[in-house]
Amino acid sequence: MLINGAQAVIESLKKENVDVVFGYPGGAVLTLYDELYKMQFPHVLTKHEQGAVHAADGYARATGKVGVCFATSGPGGTNLVTGIATANMDSVPIVCITGQVANPYIGKDSFQEADICGITTPITKHNYLVKDVKELSRVVKEAFFIARTGRPGPVLIDVAKDVFAAQLSYDYPKKVNLRGYTGNFIGNEKEIRIVVDTLMAAKRPVFFVGGGINLSDTANEMRAIVEKTGIPVVNTLMGLGCVSSKDDGNVGMAGMHGSYAANMAIMECDLLLGMGVRFDDRVTGIVQKFAPRAKLVHFDVDAAEINKNVRVDYSVCGDLRWSMPIFAQQISASSMDFKAKFSLWRQYVIAMNNEKPLTYKKDTGYIMPQELIEKVSELCDENTIVVTDVGQHQMWTAQFYEFTEPRQFLTSGGLGTMGYGLPAAIGAKLGQKEKSVVLFTGDGSIMMNCQEFATAADYDVDVKVIVLHNHVLGMVTQWQRMFYGKRYSQSLLHGKTDLVKLAEAMGVTGYRINEPAELVPVLQEALSHKGPVLVDVMLPEVEDVLPMVPGGKRLDQMIMGGNEG
Amino acid sequence: MKKFLLAVLVDNKPGVLTHVAGLISRRAFNIESIAAGYTEEADVTRINIVVSVDSEQELHQVVNQLSKLIDVIKIVNLSAVESIKRELVMLKVRATPKTRADIINVVNIFRAKIVDVSRENVVIELTGEQSKIDAICEVLSDYEILEIARTGAIALSRGPIPAKEM
Repeated sequence: MLINGAQAVIESLKKENVDVVFGYPGGAVLTLYDELYKMQFPHVLTKHEQGAVHAADGYARATGKVGVCFATSGPGGTNLVTGIATANMDSVPIVCITGQVANPYIGKDSFQEADICGITTPITKHNYLVKDVKELSRVVKEAFFIARTGRPGPVLIDVAKDVFAAQLSYDYPKKVNLRGYTGNFIGNEKEIRIVVDTLMAAKRPVFFVGGGINLSDTANEMRAIVEKTGIPVVNTLMGLGCVSSKDDGNVGMAGMHGSYAANMAIMECDLLLGMGVRFDDRVTGIVQKFAPRAKLVHFDVDAAEINKNVRVDYSVCGDLRWSMPIFAQQISASSMDFKAKFSLWRQYVIAMNNEKPLTYKKDTGYIMPQELIEKVSELCDENTIVVTDVGQHQMWTAQFYEFTEPRQFLTSGGLGTMGYGLPAAIGAKLGQKEKSVVLFTGDGSIMMNCQEFATAADYDVDVKVIVLHNHVLGMVTQWQRMFYGKRYSQSLLHGKTDLVKLAEAMGVTGYRINEPAELVPVLQEALSHKGPVLVDVMLPEVEDVLPMVPGGKRLDQMIMGGNEG
Repeated sequence: MKKFLLAVLVDNKPGVLTHVAGLISRRAFNIESIAAGYTEEADVTRINIVVSVDSEQELHQVVNQLSKLIDVIKIVNLSAVESIKRELVMLKVRATPKTRADIINVVNIFRAKIVDVSRENVVIELTGEQSKIDAICEVLSDYEILEIARTGAIALSRGPIPAKEM
C-alpha cells in the first residue's frame, strides 16, 4: 500500500488502539492535520500545546493506556516541555509527535525551528528525529512499545515536514527489534523468596506503597497481601488509593505532610517494604535517618532506582506485573499466620492514628480548606477521579480525601507542575467517560492554563473544578511564614480577577461559595450540574498544611497541627 | 576517587552520543574521558568512558542509569577484569638544532615516534597507559611544548572473549 508519511502516522495510531489525540496544528504538521481531517481521526484541540500534553498525561494516568499529543515545530514543541517533564518524573506513558522543519531547512535556524530532540533528551524515556519516511512506521511502533513497557515514560517523535508528505510502502511492523531494550523486565524469583523469609522473621513490618503499584495495575495483588497479613500500610503521594483508605491499617500518606502514624510507623518499624517507590526527598525526610530501625526491601522495575537514594538490604528488581502475583501467591501459600503474628503491631499503629489523626480547627466561622475536601469526598462516590494542581490544596487533598481506588488520584508529584490540573482533568474525563472527574486547584494554580476552560466548554467535558481560593500562593506563604520571617514576597495575590466570570466567559458554569452555610448545598448543586463547572470557594488566607516535617529533619520531628497545635 | 573504564556498546545511530553525554552531565557523574569509534560490527559504536567515583554504589548508579538508555546495548566494566588500556598523545615541541638531539633521546627512551619535523619543531606520537603519557608530557615540558592533543583511554580485555559476550 503506497501512502504518505502523515497517513502512515494515523494508520499506526489506529493499530495502537489510540482513540483520541490532543494537539494543536501549525506549519510543520499541516500535512499530518490534513490526513487527520480526511481520515476523521478523533482530535481534541486544546487552547495551548501545554494543555494538550497535560491532557494526554491525564488520559494516560486515568486509563493506563498511552496518551498521544501532536504539536508543530519550534514553539509548538517547546510548549510541550513542561508537560513532558511532568510525565517523565511520574513515569507516565505518552507519545508526543512534533513536526520539524523540512530536511533541507534543518540546522539553518529556519522559521519555527527548534532542536526539540536536543531539548527533550533529559526529560524523555527516548526520542527520535525522523528524517527518512522509510523509518517512520518502525519508529512509531518502537515509541509506543518503549512508552508503555518497563518503567513507563514519555517518548517524543520529531518528524521533518517533508517526511509527512513523502510516499512509502506502508507496513506496520508486528514486532519491535531493539538490541538494547527488550521491554522484558522479569527478575529473579529467588529474590522474592528471600523477602518472604525476611517477612516471616520480622516483628514490625510496614508496606510503603508507591505509584509503581498504580502504574503496573497491581493494586489487587497489593490488597490481597495486606488482607492476608494485616501489615500496616503507609503511602507515598503517588501511591494513594492503591490500598483503600477505608482499611484501618492504612494510615495514609507519609513524608513532609504525612500523618503522624505513617511517619512514626516508618521510624519504628523493623522491616520496611517499598513497593514501586523511589524514596524521593519529600517522603524520606533526612535520608540518613529514614526508617532507622528497619531492614529495607525495595520492589521496583528500574534497576537504577535500587540504592539510588537509600541503601536497601533486599531488592526485587523487575516489573511489578511479574513480581507482585508471585509475591502474593507465596504469601497466601505460606503456612504462617501472619495476621496473628503482626496483630499487636498493627493495633499499635492504628492506635497511633486514632490518637493523633489528621485534624484541623473547627468552628472558625470560615470554610476551612480541609473541611471542603472532606465534604466533596463525602459527596462523591468511588467512581470519581480526583485531580489536583500543586500547592497547599494538593496536600490537603492527599490528606483529607478518602481514596479507595487505584488510578483515582492524579497529581503532579515529582515535578510539582502548577497548571497541570485543568488540562489533566479534561484528559482523564475523555479517557474515562463513565467516571466523574473533580479537580481541586488553587487561585494561583488555576491561572496557569486557565485557557483550557474554553476546551472543557467547547467539547462539553464534564469536569468539576473546585478552587480553594485563599488569595495567596498558599504553600509559598506557609514557607515564608515559617522560615522567612513572614516576608510575603510576591505571594499575596488579591487579584481583581473574577474566576466565576472568567469561567462563564469561556462557557463554563460558575458558582461562588462565601459562607460556611452555603458550602454543602452549593457543592451539591454544582456537582449534579451537567457539564463543566467551576466552584470558587472563599477560604481564609492563613492556614498551614500540617503536620509538617521541615527540610533536613527526621520524620518523627513533625510540627503537629490542628487541634493539637 | 577511583577510576573505572567502561566499554559502552551503543547503536550506531544519530543522537546516541548526545543521549550518553547528556545523561552523564545531568546526573552529575564525574567523567575523565570519552572516546568513541566504530567497531567490528557496522551498526555498533563503542564508547569508552573513564569515570571517577567515590564508591561502588556510585559506579552502579552510572552503569544502571546508562543501561536505561534505549540505544545502549551493553556496558562492561573493563577495570573489573584483566585488560589493556591505551591512550594516544601527539605533542608539538619546539626543537632547535641545539635541543633536537635531546628531544630525540627522550623520544627513544619512551619508545615514542617523531612523525613530523621542521626547522623549528617536531611532532611526537606516543601510545600507552595514562601514566606513561603523563610522564612524557612532564619530561618534555623542559623544552617548549607548543601543543598537546590526547585521546581518551580505550581498552580491551585480555583473552579471546569480546566485551559484547562478557
